[in-house]
Amino acid sequence: MTLRQLSVRHIETAVQELIKESAYKLPADYLAAMRAAEEREASKTGRIMLTTLLDNADYAEVEQIPTCQDTGMAILMLEIGQDVHLVDGNLTDAINAGVRAGYADLRKSVVGDPLERTNTADNAPAIIHTDIVPGNKVTLTLAMKGFGAELMSRMQMFPANGGVEAVKAFVIETIELAGPNACPPVIVGVGLGSSFDGVGLLAKKALMRPLGQPSPKPHLAQLEQELLNSINDLGIGPQGFGGTVTALAVHIESFATHIAALPVAVNLNCSAPRRATVVL
Amino acid sequence: MTITIQLPLTLESIKPLQAGDVFLLTGRLLTARDAAHKRLIAELESGQKPPIDLKDETLYYVGPAPAKLGQPLGPAGPTTSGRMDPFTPQLLKLGVRGLIGKGYRSDRVKQALIEHNAVYFAAVGGAAALLARQITSAEVVAYADLGTEAIRRLEVEDFPVIVVNDCHGGDAYADGRKQFEIIHE
Ligand code: SF4
Repeated sequence: MTLRQLSVRHIETAVQELIKESAYKLPADYLAAMRAAEEREASKTGRIMLTTLLDNADYAEVEQIPTCQDTGMAILMLEIGQDVHLVDGNLTDAINAGVRAGYADLRKSVVGDPLERTNTADNAPAIIHTDIVPGNKVTLTLAMKGFGAELMSRMQMFPANGGVEAVKAFVIETIELAGPNACPPVIVGVGLGSSFDGVGLLAKKALMRPLGQPSPKPHLAQLEQELLNSINDLGIGPQGFGGTVTALAVHIESFATHIAALPVAVNLNCSAPRRATVVL
Repeated sequence: MTITIQLPLTLESIKPLQAGDVFLLTGRLLTARDAAHKRLIAELESGQKPPIDLKDETLYYVGPAPAKLGQPLGPAGPTTSGRMDPFTPQLLKLGVRGLIGKGYRSDRVKQALIEHNAVYFAAVGGAAALLARQITSAEVVAYADLGTEAIRRLEVEDFPVIVVNDCHGGDAYADGRKQFEIIHE
């Protein structure tokens, strides 16, 4: 593989464009899942909620305005090919410049310090995760994460022998505690394994998987389906007013872990699951 | 046809409202979310008068997006109400009559709604673009330095809401779930 030079200016522009596009337009796979949910929802109020959210998505796209006032915090996941040489400046600065430009007309929802809480007034900085991968391309995935659902997300370090029953109980408990707060129907990202720091990222990566794609690992695909059924049996329903569609999907991502532990993280996505990917 | 309720609410107008009912709101309300609540309560506790009279007011928990040219306000859907719970009973005591947000309230807030004859509505979380269409004017009236979290006076027309907690102890979230929960023995 030949070494390739890539200007961080391209990354800056790509970040800005991904933000613009995602703020006004929800992912096609999500909208398809919502339309299917609208058909099968048993509650009349629930159906009205789903129709309202679908109408909202249409209206926002036509008017070119954000679907939700909370356009979130920008989370960027980069897969950087090991044969790429990034030039023309600092990668982090370029990403944050892209975030500032992308959020210029959007709500500013970031405070610079979690305790002092002064708004940074430009929605920077972004949360950046990087993976070094084979090849000479850069894959950029953006999540504009609203914090209504982020606030209801949870993680727990279970001991090794907790087993699948501990995982199931924890996921269900998380959805019950979230109830209407996370703007259901939710998408449930579950991280299993890794370490304390790693399991949260696994759950976030699970949310980046398009809807309609079960885990390639058969035992996890089965658990995803089982959890989805149990969650929908809770009856919380669209916007929490009761119904048969509480979640659209459960996605699980897993990694090896230590003989002592079973780390579990549950990250929720709401009725504004903005995500987009581009390969540079 | 959905019934329209005029804002400001009154004791008489909220008494008949039942958990689960859908209404349209028309009239004036105030926006306030986390930072405005914190400052309002800090001022009250230090003996200051609130910057606006809260009697019979409706508080909408929202941090709106910036307006497009020629529009009063950008997308403006509800934020999670539970974060306002620690402050809410004090504001209800001052005469706040209506609350609009999304999500669960604490038992203390539900009790205070009964005690002070007030009502908690939900707007559809995530439907911010459609909701903004029902807002006809917006003006910052206090705490301008808080940006999106400033207190704004809004005029709304046919703004759709559902009663979550009425002043008689009704709870639409609990009722709705009871109807659809499947319990496996
Ligand atoms: S939880 Fe999601 S849909 Fe609900 S208000 Fe926040 S960003 Fe919008």
